[in-house]
Amino acid sequence: MKHISMTVNGDQHELLIDPSWTLLETLRDRLRLTGTKEGCSNGNCGACTVMINGRTANACLVLAAEMGGNEITTVEGIATQGKLNPVQEAFIKDGALQCGFCTPGFIVSTTALLQRDPDPSEEEIRTRLAGNLCRCTGYDKIIMAVEDAAAMLRG
Amino acid sequence: MPDFDFAQPTSLDEALSLFAADGEVRALVGGTDIVDQLKTGRRNADMVVDVKRIPELQRLEVEDDGLHIGAARSLTDIGEFPAVLAGYKGLSDSAVLIGSWQIQNRAGLGGNVCNAAPSGDTIPALLSHDTKAIVASSSGRREIELSDFFAGPGQTVLQKGEILVELILPTSPANSASSYLRFIPRNEMDIAVVGVGTFLQLGSGNTVEKARIALASVAPTPVRARAAEEVLEGNVLSDDLIETAAMAAVEAATPITDVRGSAEYRRELVKVLTRRTLGIARDRISS
Repeated sequence: MKHISMTVNGDQHELLIDPSWTLLETLRDRLRLTGTKEGCSNGNCGACTVMINGRTANACLVLAAEMGGNEITTVEGIATQGKLNPVQEAFIKDGALQCGFCTPGFIVSTTALLQRDPDPSEEEIRTRLAGNLCRCTGYDKIIMAVEDAAAMLRG
Repeated sequence: MPDFDFAQPTSLDEALSLFAADGEVRALVGGTDIVDQLKTGRRNADMVVDVKRIPELQRLEVEDDGLHIGAARSLTDIGEFPAVLAGYKGLSDSAVLIGSWQIQNRAGLGGNVCNAAPSGDTIPALLSHDTKAIVASSSGRREIELSDFFAGPGQTVLQKGEILVELILPTSPANSASSYLRFIPRNEMDIAVVGVGTFLQLGSGNTVEKARIALASVAPTPVRARAAEEVLEGNVLSDDLIETAAMAAVEAATPITDVRGSAEYRRELVKVLTRRTLGIARDRISS
Protein backbone atom coordinates (compact mmCIF):
# COMPACT_ATOMS: atom_id res chain seq x y z
CA MET A 1 0.00 0.00 0.00
CA LYS A 2 1.11 3.53 -0.67
CA HIS A 3 0.17 6.68 1.18
CA ILE A 4 -0.87 9.64 -0.93
CA SER A 5 -2.25 13.06 -0.22
CA MET A 6 -4.24 14.65 -3.02
CA THR A 7 -6.79 17.42 -3.29
CA VAL A 8 -10.14 16.59 -4.90
CA ASN A 9 -12.54 19.45 -5.60
CA GLY A 10 -10.76 21.54 -2.99
CA ASP A 11 -10.84 18.90 -0.23
CA GLN A 12 -7.59 17.28 0.82
CA HIS A 13 -7.63 13.49 1.12
CA GLU A 14 -5.08 11.24 2.84
CA LEU A 15 -5.37 7.75 1.41
CA LEU A 16 -3.65 4.40 1.62
CA ILE A 17 -3.96 2.92 -1.85
CA ASP A 18 -2.78 -0.08 -3.78
CA PRO A 19 -0.30 0.96 -6.54
CA SER A 20 -2.41 -0.81 -9.16
CA TRP A 21 -5.53 1.26 -8.46
CA THR A 22 -6.43 3.78 -11.09
CA LEU A 23 -7.46 7.30 -10.22
CA LEU A 24 -10.90 6.39 -11.58
CA GLU A 25 -11.31 3.44 -9.19
CA THR A 26 -10.07 5.55 -6.30
CA LEU A 27 -12.47 8.42 -7.02
CA ARG A 28 -15.47 6.17 -7.46
CA ASP A 29 -14.87 3.35 -4.97
CA ARG A 30 -12.88 5.06 -2.20
CA LEU A 31 -14.11 8.64 -2.32
CA ARG A 32 -17.60 7.70 -3.59
CA LEU A 33 -17.43 10.41 -6.23
CA THR A 34 -19.43 8.46 -8.79
CA GLY A 35 -20.03 11.35 -11.18
CA THR A 36 -16.89 10.31 -13.03
CA LYS A 37 -17.97 7.36 -15.18
CA GLU A 38 -16.21 4.23 -16.34
CA GLY A 39 -16.82 3.60 -20.02
CA CYS A 40 -14.16 1.93 -22.15
CA SER A 41 -11.38 1.85 -19.51
CA ASN A 42 -8.73 2.38 -22.18
CA GLY A 43 -8.69 6.09 -22.94
CA ASN A 44 -10.99 6.18 -25.93
CA CYS A 45 -14.38 7.33 -24.63
CA GLY A 46 -13.64 10.18 -22.21
CA ALA A 47 -16.45 9.27 -19.76
CA CYS A 48 -13.85 9.38 -16.96
CA THR A 49 -12.43 12.81 -17.89
CA VAL A 50 -11.20 14.79 -14.88
CA MET A 51 -8.81 17.72 -14.53
CA ILE A 52 -5.41 17.17 -12.97
CA ASN A 53 -3.84 20.52 -12.05
CA GLY A 54 -6.19 22.17 -14.55
CA ARG A 55 -5.54 19.83 -17.47
CA THR A 56 -7.93 17.17 -18.66
CA ALA A 57 -6.99 13.51 -18.37
CA ASN A 58 -8.62 10.10 -18.63
CA ALA A 59 -8.78 8.95 -14.99
CA CYS A 60 -8.85 5.31 -16.16
CA LEU A 61 -5.24 5.64 -17.44
CA VAL A 62 -3.87 7.39 -14.35
CA LEU A 63 -2.60 5.54 -11.30
CA ALA A 64 -3.80 7.02 -8.03
CA ALA A 65 -0.26 6.44 -6.78
CA GLU A 66 0.96 9.13 -9.19
CA MET A 67 -1.32 11.78 -7.74
CA GLY A 68 0.48 12.84 -4.55
CA GLY A 69 0.29 16.62 -4.19
CA ASN A 70 -1.95 17.06 -7.22
CA GLU A 71 -5.25 18.90 -7.49
CA ILE A 72 -8.05 16.92 -9.08
CA THR A 73 -11.32 18.39 -10.32
CA THR A 74 -14.21 16.04 -11.05
CA VAL A 75 -17.67 16.87 -12.34
CA GLU A 76 -18.78 17.21 -8.70
CA GLY A 77 -16.42 20.17 -8.40
CA ILE A 78 -17.78 22.11 -11.38
CA ALA A 79 -20.90 23.50 -9.67
CA THR A 80 -20.16 25.91 -6.84
CA GLN A 81 -22.21 26.03 -3.63
CA GLY A 82 -25.09 24.16 -5.20
CA LYS A 83 -25.31 26.52 -8.18
CA LEU A 84 -24.81 25.00 -11.60
CA ASN A 85 -21.96 26.30 -13.72
CA PRO A 86 -22.96 27.95 -17.07
CA VAL A 87 -21.61 24.90 -18.92
CA GLN A 88 -24.06 22.68 -17.03
CA GLU A 89 -26.90 25.16 -17.56
CA ALA A 90 -26.20 25.28 -21.30
CA PHE A 91 -26.19 21.47 -21.59
CA ILE A 92 -29.61 21.38 -19.91
CA LYS A 93 -31.07 24.30 -21.91
CA ASP A 94 -29.92 22.86 -25.25
CA GLY A 95 -30.83 19.26 -24.45
CA ALA A 96 -27.22 18.24 -25.07
CA LEU A 97 -27.69 14.80 -23.55
CA GLN A 98 -29.95 11.80 -23.76
CA CYS A 99 -28.82 8.94 -21.54
CA GLY A 100 -26.36 11.23 -19.75
CA PHE A 101 -23.55 8.73 -19.24
CA CYS A 102 -21.02 10.74 -21.24
CA THR A 103 -22.18 14.08 -19.83
CA PRO A 104 -19.82 14.39 -16.82
CA GLY A 105 -16.84 13.92 -19.12
CA PHE A 106 -18.19 16.46 -21.60
CA ILE A 107 -18.83 18.97 -18.79
CA VAL A 108 -15.25 18.66 -17.53
CA SER A 109 -13.71 18.83 -21.03
CA THR A 110 -15.87 21.81 -21.97
CA THR A 111 -14.97 23.63 -18.76
CA ALA A 112 -11.27 23.11 -19.48
CA LEU A 113 -11.71 24.21 -23.09
CA LEU A 114 -13.48 27.44 -22.13
CA GLN A 115 -10.89 28.23 -19.48
CA ARG A 116 -8.30 28.07 -22.22
CA ASP A 117 -10.28 29.71 -25.02
CA PRO A 118 -13.42 31.70 -24.12
CA ASP A 119 -14.55 31.91 -27.77
CA PRO A 120 -13.62 28.70 -29.58
CA SER A 121 -14.54 28.05 -33.21
CA GLU A 122 -16.75 25.07 -34.03
CA GLU A 123 -13.69 23.30 -35.41
CA GLU A 124 -11.77 23.86 -32.19
CA ILE A 125 -14.71 22.62 -30.10
CA ARG A 126 -14.96 19.45 -32.20
CA THR A 127 -11.19 18.85 -32.00
CA ARG A 128 -10.91 19.47 -28.26
CA LEU A 129 -13.92 17.26 -27.52
CA ALA A 130 -12.87 14.46 -29.87
CA GLY A 131 -11.83 12.40 -26.85
CA ASN A 132 -15.39 12.43 -25.47
CA LEU A 133 -17.76 10.05 -27.18
CA CYS A 134 -21.55 10.36 -27.09
CA ARG A 135 -23.53 7.52 -28.64
CA CYS A 136 -26.94 9.21 -28.32
CA THR A 137 -27.02 12.81 -29.46
CA GLY A 138 -25.05 13.01 -32.68
CA TYR A 139 -23.03 15.90 -31.18
CA ASP A 140 -24.82 18.86 -32.78
CA LYS A 141 -26.62 19.81 -29.57
CA ILE A 142 -23.43 19.35 -27.59
CA ILE A 143 -21.58 21.76 -29.89
CA MET A 144 -24.50 24.20 -29.57
CA ALA A 145 -24.35 23.94 -25.78
CA VAL A 146 -20.61 24.61 -25.73
CA GLU A 147 -21.12 27.69 -27.90
CA ASP A 148 -23.94 28.88 -25.64
CA ALA A 149 -21.90 28.24 -22.50
CA ALA A 150 -19.02 30.22 -24.02
CA ALA A 151 -21.37 33.12 -24.73
CA MET A 152 -22.79 32.99 -21.17
CA LEU A 153 -19.31 32.95 -19.65
CA ARG A 154 -18.21 35.89 -21.82
CA GLY A 155 -21.29 37.75 -20.51
CA MET B 1 -4.81 -4.81 -12.91
CA PRO B 2 -2.04 -7.16 -11.69
CA ASP B 3 -0.11 -6.04 -8.60
CA PHE B 4 3.20 -4.21 -8.87
CA ASP B 5 5.42 -2.07 -6.70
CA PHE B 6 5.49 1.65 -7.35
CA ALA B 7 8.14 4.33 -6.98
CA GLN B 8 8.24 8.03 -7.75
CA PRO B 9 11.88 9.16 -7.74
CA THR B 10 12.77 12.84 -7.85
CA SER B 11 16.32 12.46 -9.15
CA LEU B 12 17.83 10.59 -12.07
CA ASP B 13 20.33 8.75 -9.85
CA GLU B 14 17.55 7.50 -7.62
CA ALA B 15 15.60 6.33 -10.69
CA LEU B 16 18.58 4.53 -12.24
CA SER B 17 19.18 2.53 -9.08
CA LEU B 18 15.52 1.42 -9.22
CA PHE B 19 15.83 0.38 -12.88
CA ALA B 20 18.95 -1.66 -12.02
CA ALA B 21 16.90 -3.92 -9.74
CA ASP B 22 15.96 -7.47 -10.75
CA GLY B 23 12.66 -8.14 -12.44
CA GLU B 24 10.60 -6.18 -14.93
CA VAL B 25 10.87 -2.49 -14.06
CA ARG B 26 8.71 -0.25 -16.26
CA ALA B 27 8.92 3.49 -16.69
CA LEU B 28 5.63 5.38 -16.40
CA VAL B 29 5.21 8.74 -18.07
CA GLY B 30 1.63 9.58 -19.10
CA GLY B 31 0.41 6.03 -18.69
CA THR B 32 -1.67 6.29 -21.83
CA ASP B 33 -0.03 3.20 -23.32
CA ILE B 34 1.49 1.36 -20.36
CA VAL B 35 -1.52 1.45 -18.01
CA ASP B 36 -3.72 -0.05 -20.71
CA GLN B 37 -1.01 -2.61 -21.54
CA LEU B 38 -0.75 -3.62 -17.87
CA LYS B 39 -4.53 -3.94 -17.60
CA THR B 40 -4.77 -6.14 -20.68
CA GLY B 41 -1.62 -8.14 -19.96
CA ARG B 42 0.22 -7.05 -23.10
CA ARG B 43 3.12 -5.90 -20.92
CA ASN B 44 3.91 -6.87 -17.34
CA ALA B 45 5.70 -5.14 -14.48
CA ASP B 46 7.17 -6.07 -11.12
CA MET B 47 7.74 -2.39 -10.47
CA VAL B 48 6.37 0.74 -12.11
CA VAL B 49 8.58 3.82 -11.81
CA ASP B 50 6.87 7.18 -12.36
CA VAL B 51 9.65 9.27 -13.91
CA LYS B 52 7.68 12.51 -14.29
CA ARG B 53 9.17 14.14 -11.18
CA ILE B 54 12.77 13.92 -12.39
CA PRO B 55 13.71 17.45 -13.48
CA GLU B 56 16.04 16.27 -16.26
CA LEU B 57 13.20 14.32 -17.85
CA GLN B 58 11.01 17.43 -17.94
CA ARG B 59 13.48 19.63 -19.85
CA LEU B 60 12.24 21.66 -22.81
CA GLU B 61 15.06 24.01 -23.74
CA VAL B 62 16.98 25.34 -26.69
CA GLU B 63 20.74 25.01 -26.33
CA ASP B 64 23.66 25.66 -28.69
CA ASP B 65 23.47 22.12 -30.06
CA GLY B 66 19.72 22.11 -30.55
CA LEU B 67 16.42 21.50 -28.82
CA HIS B 68 16.51 19.27 -25.72
CA ILE B 69 13.27 17.53 -24.81
CA GLY B 70 13.10 15.47 -21.61
CA ALA B 71 11.53 12.06 -22.06
CA ALA B 72 8.65 12.80 -19.68
CA ARG B 73 7.59 16.15 -21.16
CA SER B 74 3.97 16.13 -22.27
CA LEU B 75 2.87 16.28 -25.88
CA THR B 76 0.72 19.33 -25.11
CA ASP B 77 3.73 21.24 -23.78
CA ILE B 78 5.87 20.23 -26.76
CA GLY B 79 3.23 20.90 -29.40
CA GLU B 80 2.68 24.44 -28.10
CA PHE B 81 6.32 25.35 -27.36
CA PRO B 82 7.32 28.40 -29.46
CA ALA B 83 10.69 26.97 -30.52
CA VAL B 84 8.98 23.77 -31.70
CA LEU B 85 6.40 25.76 -33.67
CA ALA B 86 9.19 27.86 -35.20
CA GLY B 87 11.85 25.28 -36.07
CA TYR B 88 10.35 21.81 -35.68
CA LYS B 89 6.83 22.17 -37.03
CA GLY B 90 6.59 18.53 -38.07
CA LEU B 91 7.00 17.53 -34.43
CA SER B 92 4.25 19.94 -33.39
CA ASP B 93 2.02 18.54 -36.16
CA SER B 94 2.46 15.05 -34.74
CA ALA B 95 2.23 15.92 -31.02
CA VAL B 96 -1.19 17.55 -31.32
CA LEU B 97 -2.83 14.78 -33.34
CA ILE B 98 -2.05 11.85 -31.06
CA GLY B 99 -5.18 10.54 -29.37
CA SER B 100 -7.32 13.21 -27.76
CA TRP B 101 -6.59 16.37 -25.81
CA GLN B 102 -6.82 14.26 -22.63
CA ILE B 103 -4.15 11.92 -24.01
CA GLN B 104 -1.85 14.74 -25.19
CA ASN B 105 -2.00 16.37 -21.75
CA ARG B 106 -0.62 13.21 -20.12
CA ALA B 107 1.42 11.36 -22.74
CA GLY B 108 5.14 12.07 -22.80
CA LEU B 109 7.30 12.22 -25.90
CA GLY B 110 9.65 9.61 -24.44
CA GLY B 111 6.70 7.32 -23.84
CA ASN B 112 5.63 7.52 -27.47
CA VAL B 113 9.22 6.74 -28.52
CA CYS B 114 9.83 3.89 -26.04
CA ASN B 115 6.44 2.29 -26.72
CA ALA B 116 8.04 1.80 -30.15
CA ALA B 117 4.80 1.27 -32.03
CA PRO B 118 5.44 1.07 -35.77
CA SER B 119 2.64 3.67 -35.97
CA GLY B 120 4.03 6.06 -33.32
CA ASP B 121 3.15 9.48 -34.72
CA THR B 122 6.00 11.53 -33.23
CA ILE B 123 8.66 9.13 -34.45
CA PRO B 124 8.77 10.04 -38.19
CA ALA B 125 8.85 13.73 -37.21
CA LEU B 126 11.75 13.09 -34.85
CA LEU B 127 13.58 10.97 -37.44
CA SER B 128 13.16 13.74 -40.02
CA HIS B 129 15.07 16.05 -37.64
CA ASP B 130 18.02 13.64 -37.13
CA THR B 131 17.11 13.27 -33.46
CA LYS B 132 19.53 11.70 -31.01
CA ALA B 133 18.42 9.76 -27.93
CA ILE B 134 20.33 10.16 -24.67
CA VAL B 135 19.96 7.05 -22.55
CA ALA B 136 21.34 6.37 -19.09
CA SER B 137 21.84 3.50 -16.69
CA SER B 138 23.55 3.28 -13.32
CA SER B 139 26.79 2.53 -15.20
CA GLY B 140 26.73 5.59 -17.47
CA ARG B 141 25.23 7.37 -20.45
CA ARG B 142 25.25 6.80 -24.16
CA GLU B 143 23.93 8.55 -27.24
CA ILE B 144 21.96 6.62 -29.85
CA GLU B 145 20.82 7.90 -33.22
CA LEU B 146 17.05 7.59 -33.09
CA SER B 147 17.16 5.78 -36.43
CA ASP B 148 19.05 2.99 -34.58
CA PHE B 149 16.73 2.99 -31.54
CA PHE B 150 13.99 0.63 -32.70
CA ALA B 151 14.34 -3.14 -32.77
CA GLY B 152 10.84 -4.27 -33.78
CA PRO B 153 7.19 -3.70 -32.94
CA GLY B 154 7.16 -2.52 -29.31
CA GLN B 155 10.88 -3.21 -28.99
CA THR B 156 13.81 -0.80 -28.55
CA VAL B 157 17.56 -1.30 -28.17
CA LEU B 158 17.43 -0.16 -24.53
CA GLN B 159 19.27 -2.64 -22.32
CA LYS B 160 18.17 -3.81 -18.88
CA GLY B 161 18.61 -0.87 -16.47
CA GLU B 162 18.67 1.78 -19.20
CA ILE B 163 16.10 4.53 -19.62
CA LEU B 164 15.59 7.27 -22.18
CA VAL B 165 16.54 10.58 -20.56
CA GLU B 166 16.09 13.08 -23.36
CA LEU B 167 15.91 13.64 -27.08
CA ILE B 168 18.12 16.18 -28.82
CA LEU B 169 16.94 17.69 -32.10
CA PRO B 170 19.84 19.49 -33.82
CA THR B 171 19.42 23.21 -34.50
CA SER B 172 17.21 23.71 -37.54
CA PRO B 173 19.14 25.55 -40.28
CA ALA B 174 17.82 28.59 -42.14
CA ASN B 175 15.60 27.85 -45.14
CA SER B 176 14.38 24.58 -43.69
CA ALA B 177 11.04 23.21 -42.53
CA SER B 178 9.39 19.94 -41.58
CA SER B 179 5.91 18.50 -41.81
CA TYR B 180 4.03 15.43 -40.58
CA LEU B 181 0.79 13.96 -41.87
CA ARG B 182 -0.91 10.68 -41.15
CA PHE B 183 -3.91 9.09 -42.79
CA ILE B 184 -6.78 7.81 -40.66
CA PRO B 185 -10.33 7.11 -41.80
CA ARG B 186 -11.78 9.60 -39.30
CA ASN B 187 -10.73 13.06 -38.13
CA GLU B 188 -9.21 12.26 -34.74
CA MET B 189 -8.59 9.46 -32.25
CA ASP B 190 -7.20 6.73 -34.47
CA ILE B 191 -3.98 4.92 -35.26
CA ALA B 192 -2.12 5.90 -38.41
CA VAL B 193 -2.78 3.72 -41.44
CA VAL B 194 0.36 5.44 -42.72
CA GLY B 195 2.31 8.42 -41.33
CA VAL B 196 4.98 10.42 -43.13
CA GLY B 197 7.35 13.02 -41.69
CA THR B 198 9.55 15.07 -44.01
CA PHE B 199 12.23 17.72 -43.63
CA LEU B 200 13.59 19.97 -46.36
CA GLN B 201 16.48 22.42 -46.40
CA LEU B 202 16.82 24.56 -49.51
CA GLY B 203 19.87 26.39 -50.83
CA SER B 204 20.35 28.93 -53.60
CA GLY B 205 18.15 28.50 -56.65
CA ASN B 206 15.81 26.20 -54.67
CA THR B 207 18.36 23.38 -54.65
CA VAL B 208 17.61 20.77 -52.01
CA GLU B 209 20.57 20.76 -49.63
CA LYS B 210 19.12 18.22 -47.24
CA ALA B 211 16.04 16.03 -47.29
CA ARG B 212 14.70 13.61 -44.73
CA ILE B 213 11.69 11.36 -45.18
CA ALA B 214 10.49 8.95 -42.50
CA LEU B 215 7.53 6.58 -42.58
CA ALA B 216 5.28 5.07 -39.92
CA SER B 217 3.01 2.00 -40.07
CA VAL B 218 4.65 0.45 -43.11
CA ALA B 219 7.37 -1.70 -41.51
CA PRO B 220 8.14 -3.42 -38.17
CA THR B 221 9.65 -0.10 -37.02
CA PRO B 222 9.39 3.47 -38.27
CA VAL B 223 11.84 3.76 -41.19
CA ARG B 224 13.75 6.36 -43.19
CA ALA B 225 13.09 6.44 -46.94
CA ARG B 226 16.71 7.00 -47.90
CA ALA B 227 16.33 6.42 -51.64
CA ALA B 228 13.72 9.15 -51.77
CA GLU B 229 15.99 11.51 -49.81
CA GLU B 230 18.73 10.89 -52.41
CA VAL B 231 16.32 11.71 -55.22
CA LEU B 232 15.81 15.14 -53.69
CA GLU B 233 19.27 16.12 -52.46
CA GLY B 234 21.36 18.16 -54.92
CA ASN B 235 18.47 18.80 -57.26
CA VAL B 236 16.24 21.82 -57.84
CA LEU B 237 12.93 21.38 -56.02
CA SER B 238 9.96 21.15 -58.37
CA ASP B 239 6.61 19.39 -58.48
CA ASP B 240 8.14 16.77 -60.78
CA LEU B 241 11.03 16.15 -58.37
CA ILE B 242 8.60 15.80 -55.45
CA GLU B 243 6.58 13.27 -57.48
CA THR B 244 9.73 11.26 -58.26
CA ALA B 245 10.72 11.31 -54.57
CA ALA B 246 7.21 10.26 -53.52
CA MET B 247 7.41 7.23 -55.80
CA ALA B 248 10.91 6.40 -54.49
CA ALA B 249 9.64 6.57 -50.88
CA VAL B 250 7.45 3.55 -51.57
CA GLU B 251 10.65 1.45 -51.89
CA ALA B 252 11.27 1.83 -48.14
CA ALA B 253 7.82 0.52 -47.26
CA THR B 254 7.32 -3.17 -46.47
CA PRO B 255 3.76 -2.95 -45.17
CA ILE B 256 1.46 -5.69 -44.02
CA THR B 257 -2.22 -6.06 -44.73
CA ASP B 258 -4.27 -5.70 -41.56
CA VAL B 259 -7.56 -4.34 -40.27
CA ARG B 260 -6.48 -0.75 -40.91
CA GLY B 261 -5.47 -1.16 -44.54
CA SER B 262 -4.03 -3.43 -47.18
CA ALA B 263 -0.36 -3.42 -48.09
CA GLU B 264 -1.18 -2.04 -51.53
CA TYR B 265 -3.28 0.76 -50.02
CA ARG B 266 -0.48 1.65 -47.61
CA ARG B 267 2.07 1.87 -50.44
CA GLU B 268 -0.24 4.27 -52.25
CA LEU B 269 -0.62 6.32 -49.06
CA VAL B 270 3.17 6.55 -48.67
CA LYS B 271 3.32 8.16 -52.11
CA VAL B 272 0.45 10.57 -51.45
CA LEU B 273 1.57 11.62 -47.96
CA THR B 274 5.20 12.03 -49.03
CA ARG B 275 4.08 14.31 -51.85
CA ARG B 276 1.83 16.31 -49.52
CA THR B 277 4.31 16.69 -46.66
CA LEU B 278 7.10 17.77 -49.02
CA GLY B 279 4.71 20.36 -50.44
CA ILE B 280 3.83 21.61 -46.96
CA ALA B 281 7.52 21.80 -45.98
CA ARG B 282 8.24 23.76 -49.17
CA ASP B 283 5.37 26.17 -48.41
CA ARG B 284 6.56 26.60 -44.84
CA ILE B 285 10.06 27.54 -46.03
CA SER B 286 8.70 30.18 -48.38
CA SER B 287 6.26 31.69 -45.86
